[in-house]
Amino acid sequence: MRKLKLVMVGNGMAGVRTLEELRKIAPDMYDITVFGAEPHPNYNRILLSPVLAGEMTIQDIILNDLQWYADNEITLHLGKKITQINRTQRKVVAEDGTEAEYDRLLLATGSNPFMPPIPGKDLPGVISYRDIKDTDEMIDAAARYKHAVVIGAGLLGLEAANGLALRGMDVTVVHIADWIMERQLDRTSGKMLESALAKKGMKFALNKQTAELVAGESGRVCAVRFKDGETIPADLVCIAAGIRPNVELAEKAGIHCDRGIVVNDTLQTYDPRVYAVGECANHRGTAYGLVAPLFEQAKVCANHLAMFGIGRYQGSVTSTKLKVTGIDVFSCGNFSGGEGTEDIVLHDPGAGIYKRVVLKGDKIEGAVLYGDTKDGSWYFQMLKDGQDIREIRDHLLFGNSHLGDAGHKGANSAAAMPDEAEVCGCNGVCKGTIVKAIKEHGLFSLEDVRKHTKASSSCGSCTGLVEQILASTVGGAYTPADSSSKAICGCTDLSHGDVRKAIRDQKILSAQEAIATLGWKTPNGCATCRPALNYYCLSTWPHEALDDPQSRFINERAHANIQKDGTYSVVPRMWGGLTTPDELRAIADAAEKYKVPTVKVTGGQRIDLLGVKKEDLPGMWSDFAKAGMVSGHAYGKSLRTVKTCVGAEHCRFGTQRSMDMGVKLEKMLFGMWSPHKVKLAVSGCPRNCAEAGIKDVGVIGVDSGYEIYVAGNGGIKTEVAEFLCKVKSDEEVMEYSGAFIQLYREEAYYLDRTCHYVQRVGLDYIKEKVVNDEANRKALYERLLFALQGYKDPWIEHAETPVLRRQFENLSV
Amino acid sequence: MTTTLEADVDWKRVCTVDEIPILGSRVVNSPAHGAIAVFRNGDGEVFALRDRCPHKAGPLSQGIVHGKTVTCPLHSWKIQLEDGQAVAPDVGCTKHFPCKVEDGAVFLQL
Ligand code: SRM
Ligand SMILES: Cc1cc2nc3c(=O)[nH]c(=O)nc-3n(C[C@H](O)[C@H](O)[C@H](O)COP(=O)(O)OP(=O)(O)OC[C@H]3O[C@@H](n4cnc5c(N)ncnc54)[C@H](O)[C@@H]3O)c2cc1C
Ligand code: SF4
Ligand code: FES
Repeated sequence: MRKLKLVMVGNGMAGVRTLEELRKIAPDMYDITVFGAEPHPNYNRILLSPVLAGEMTIQDIILNDLQWYADNEITLHLGKKITQINRTQRKVVAEDGTEAEYDRLLLATGSNPFMPPIPGKDLPGVISYRDIKDTDEMIDAAARYKHAVVIGAGLLGLEAANGLALRGMDVTVVHIADWIMERQLDRTSGKMLESALAKKGMKFALNKQTAELVAGESGRVCAVRFKDGETIPADLVCIAAGIRPNVELAEKAGIHCDRGIVVNDTLQTYDPRVYAVGECANHRGTAYGLVAPLFEQAKVCANHLAMFGIGRYQGSVTSTKLKVTGIDVFSCGNFSGGEGTEDIVLHDPGAGIYKRVVLKGDKIEGAVLYGDTKDGSWYFQMLKDGQDIREIRDHLLFGNSHLGDAGHKGANSAAAMPDEAEVCGCNGVCKGTIVKAIKEHGLFSLEDVRKHTKASSSCGSCTGLVEQILASTVGGAYTPADSSSKAICGCTDLSHGDVRKAIRDQKILSAQEAIATLGWKTPNGCATCRPALNYYCLSTWPHEALDDPQSRFINERAHANIQKDGTYSVVPRMWGGLTTPDELRAIADAAEKYKVPTVKVTGGQRIDLLGVKKEDLPGMWSDFAKAGMVSGHAYGKSLRTVKTCVGAEHCRFGTQRSMDMGVKLEKMLFGMWSPHKVKLAVSGCPRNCAEAGIKDVGVIGVDSGYEIYVAGNGGIKTEVAEFLCKVKSDEEVMEYSGAFIQLYREEAYYLDRTCHYVQRVGLDYIKEKVVNDEANRKALYERLLFALQGYKDPWIEHAETPVLRRQFENLSV
Repeated sequence: MTTTLEADVDWKRVCTVDEIPILGSRVVNSPAHGAIAVFRNGDGEVFALRDRCPHKAGPLSQGIVHGKTVTCPLHSWKIQLEDGQAVAPDVGCTKHFPCKVEDGAVFLQL
């Protein structure tokens, strides 16, 4: 079959990203030809600023080198500008006469710097700031001349001014408005930024209109004259007064343009054979000037070029971050407020901090942060998710990364960290390594950084820090994915929510069936998606779905925790933390018989036998089974422990029998699989010796009954549990907590603890389903009990069943 | 899988294919080579690697098998079953052993 011909005009960031996406999903569909007016392969335009500042070289910012085009069999014409599109003959013609025919045409011509009609704008020494050529010219001028003037104090202008100042020039920034970056910052933060930049040596001429650029004797520009008559010296003038979509070519070919090439939600222009992506495109009235939206467009466009016909681009909310080393400014969404909005503002001039979050109703509309931007991506995420912030409103401005984060010495501001400071405590990755990887490999997303550096890929507590580093290195090119539509992993484009729904709607009964019916890109998924699919099937279709041991993490497959040396740990259940001399004797006997090197009391009120050989597990289990002890599931995404205090049984303050209650809860939930581990605690009075305040379900006895708290977490990030309701009897405690846990089991995404789930859906929703709606609560509780019916202790089962035991027996040659 | 059958190579029978779970593995103890992980993938192909992850010596036999790759149970490096190489960006390699299936039996070349 003849391959279709795809021609791309414009060899920049949006276009090439589209080709990358296309090659991933339809590697053989097209013969691809690319025309680029610049003489360079695709490079990371946003890193021109660090190049100008002397922090990087051009070589460092190449994203796709010539080898990449060769490897992907793409015909590349560099330094050839297309001047004509012949739509009837379906071909494009370049300046030098080179022609190429197409079946599909992709326009990715970017934008042109806007040059205001100032007399003298064509003089030598007057440039814009868009590409490698401009950057080289500035670097060259900085070595030879003294005075630079930058016209326009937006992101681009300020980054240019910063670079020129670092290269030793005397720089004045001219701006027409009252304060700088007026499109991203409000007045207060704009003024703060101005004084910080002034301290770095930049001068500002605000409220000024340029009348003329004056030529010197050599014919090169020598001064800038303003409308008020003042004149300042200028050997280099950089005009950064905005950009205009580059539509010249499309317009000439009669393709409908209106402040950009007009495209629909599939990035198609009015000519169905012609697509457009990037800064040249106008989608629903907006032409974007930042990389993140362009990448989203690229993904959708590639999908349609590949003729899959799924996916629509529906526009983006953007955020910006100024890339000037040592200065932190962040803004996103609508931050100037307006009718029907409210502002929450924190302003600490002494500390150089300004934060303003704009709310509309209970949702975030926009945010501006100056000086302390660490919560930028958190606000942005909530903005994109449309999250209800009513419950956190009173501490919204204090941010997400205040207390409780562990593992990076409490550091939470990336800007202040030196390069050698450790960011990821799990994998020992320092800041410099992350910055280097982002720049060298052209990384734009958190996932990419995780893949390349391992930073934030283990416990995730440093995610916020890594996001900050990413944002300050690539500016607005970084955006957190909105959590609802994020794909599970690289094997699929479907999100956790989509998959849960499909498994329910289509009655899918195994991980393998899900992979086959839901269009997975890989034959058997991967270590990320398979455990999730297995859980979703089991929790949605209890007693019907097929449990696949090979889709479980080793701990769940071997019913023990794997250790760093490949041995295992065994934790027998001690109901409610209670034990007996017989049980202790059985543990002591097993420890001796199997030569267990370490016996430890865990933080979960029971005993851990560590360092057991895999071959010994079945024998040890059957010994425990004989003593009446069962698995503690210390290894599973499952019920872990129910901690108790001594309570009214013994304690002089006890109001309720907490040990009893704890044992009842643990017996009820025995054998339960869940999205992540589930821990409970029962305290006999508000002194709360069982630490119920940081458990998935915490029960606290009071004189008149029990208070139930949910969604606490004592791990990576301490989260205090929230009050759900107060009940009177033991039976009610079981029904309410059971219903809550079942709701979590049915709706949470795999590896979300209860705190993450409740953050997503809101506590009000939980109360609605569990507390207020009695019928629903009872139904949830019944479904839980049904799912747990007839559960057989895995230790007994494995000890009895030869096939299951096989994995513990080694072969030999 | 290696199909060349040279006369002088020493093929050792280890088990039947059925004794290895699909998308799973078994451990073979060899006096000369230590623990060897023998994997079976979704297409019924069989592969053998030294049971030590190039990262921190994790037991690859205990990982999750997908495609022609196994994900190490300790820190999730991905190792290619065909040649023992780590999938980029991780770098490292563990020894692989030629392996074949004949009449439902699995043979290793040691
Ligand atoms: C044994 C124990 C430490 C101890 O000696 O005390 C322990 C050991 C491990 N914990 Fe833990 N945790 C233990 C109590 C805790 C507690 C305290 C508690 O349960 O009261 C916490 C904080 C409370 C909480 O979870 O809310 C805790 C928070 C974590 C976390 C962070 C969870 C989070 O959502 O933030 C992890 C990582 C994970 O699960 O992804 C973790 C993971 C682990 C793993 C499973 C690491 C792993 O994946 O291999 C450790 C297994 C060691 C082993 O082989 O046995 N462990 N871990 C404790 C076993 C309790 C038990 O009897 O079951
Ligand atoms: C200095 C600087 C800093 C920036 N910083 C950031 C930042 O921090 N964060 C962020 O998100 N964004 C930033 N941007 C913006 C970002 O670089 C752009 O949004 C992005 O590069 C646009 O991609 P594109 O593919 O649409 O256009 P481009 O990358 O401009 O690519 C278009 C290409 O098409 C070529 N072309 C045009 N017409 C023709 C023709 N007729 N024939 C052949 N070739 C043609 C052009 O030469 C150009 O190479 C910055 C931009 C600059 C200049
Ligand atoms: S037991 Fe828990 S805290 Fe201790 S090292 Fe392991 S995961 Fe970390
Ligand atoms: S030992 Fe295998 S990934 Fe670390």
